[in-house]
Amino acid sequence: MNHHVVSVKVYAAVFAALLALTLTTVAVSKLELGEFNFIVAITIAVIKATLVILFFMDVRHATDLTKLFVGAGLFWLAILLVFLLSDYFSRGWLPGPGWL
Amino acid sequence: MADSETPLAVHEPELRHHFDDSAQQFESSVLGMWVFLVTEVLFFGGMFGAYTVYRNLYPEAFASTSHFMNVTIGAINTAVLIFSSFTMVLSVRSAQLGQKKALIIFLILTLILGCVFLGFKYVEYHEKWVDHHVPGPSFRYEDTRYVHQAQILFFLYFAMTGMHAIHMIVGAGLLTALIVMSARNRFSAAWYTPVEMIGLYWHFVDVVWIFLFPLLYLIGHTK
Repeated sequence: MNHHVVSVKVYAAVFAALLALTLTTVAVSKLELGEFNFIVAITIAVIKATLVILFFMDVRHATDLTKLFVGAGLFWLAILLVFLLSDYFSRGWLPGPGWL
Repeated sequence: MADSETPLAVHEPELRHHFDDSAQQFESSVLGMWVFLVTEVLFFGGMFGAYTVYRNLYPEAFASTSHFMNVTIGAINTAVLIFSSFTMVLSVRSAQLGQKKALIIFLILTLILGCVFLGFKYVEYHEKWVDHHVPGPSFRYEDTRYVHQAQILFFLYFAMTGMHAIHMIVGAGLLTALIVMSARNRFSAAWYTPVEMIGLYWHFVDVVWIFLFPLLYLIGHTK
């Protein structure tokens, strides 16, 4: 079988980046940034997860079919969260009972 | 690569006859594993959704519980888990190159790091137990305004980190099986599919923690 044997250097670089991002997210959480604390924390988590999925789980070398399945999984996760949260977050936007 | 003229008896011993060749057999396993992982994404996704809903329903109670999260242990555990993903990926690489000794060493390292993570988790759970922060009849909360709301948030904390820890325990069992199989020369550069599949599982569990750590330990920490 011919596999992409990735060099240890690439894995070590990803590992170092993940550690650096962990330190960054802890450091940023100590600052008082209001809503930005949440945005920065989630952005860093998404970057870390993307690094793990692309490099450690080797999705960048996977077949197109596997990539499609991974993408479909994330899309369905988005459906779950967007519909759930759009319900809860939009409650109270309309006038009280008797509006309809 | 076997073409249709190749007699069946010649194919590699690890190739099941309903596959065209080893590459197709391997890709089928990867696809199947990802289908399983996608169900896991949605399983954890439901809990992340529940957590986000309650966090927004009770923002003050949420902010008060964040003082009881041990950020130091959480950060150390994040580093431990990332390190274990690194050693896991090196195990897969050793398997690809047919380096049996390196494969076993990296698998054992991964297993040890997984156990270190669970050890720290035990310390954290023990802290919560001593402080009466485990939901149930003995639950106590320092800020009496938020007793019920805080209990919901601690319940979500235990549900999410507990499900994650169960996945880690399953992963530790799978790693043990891989170590035994490697020692019995079951893997070669031509066939190491279980190492790759359990690697995918291990990294997935790491990804779940990458989201759990900021959501449970970091957000609302400064308030």
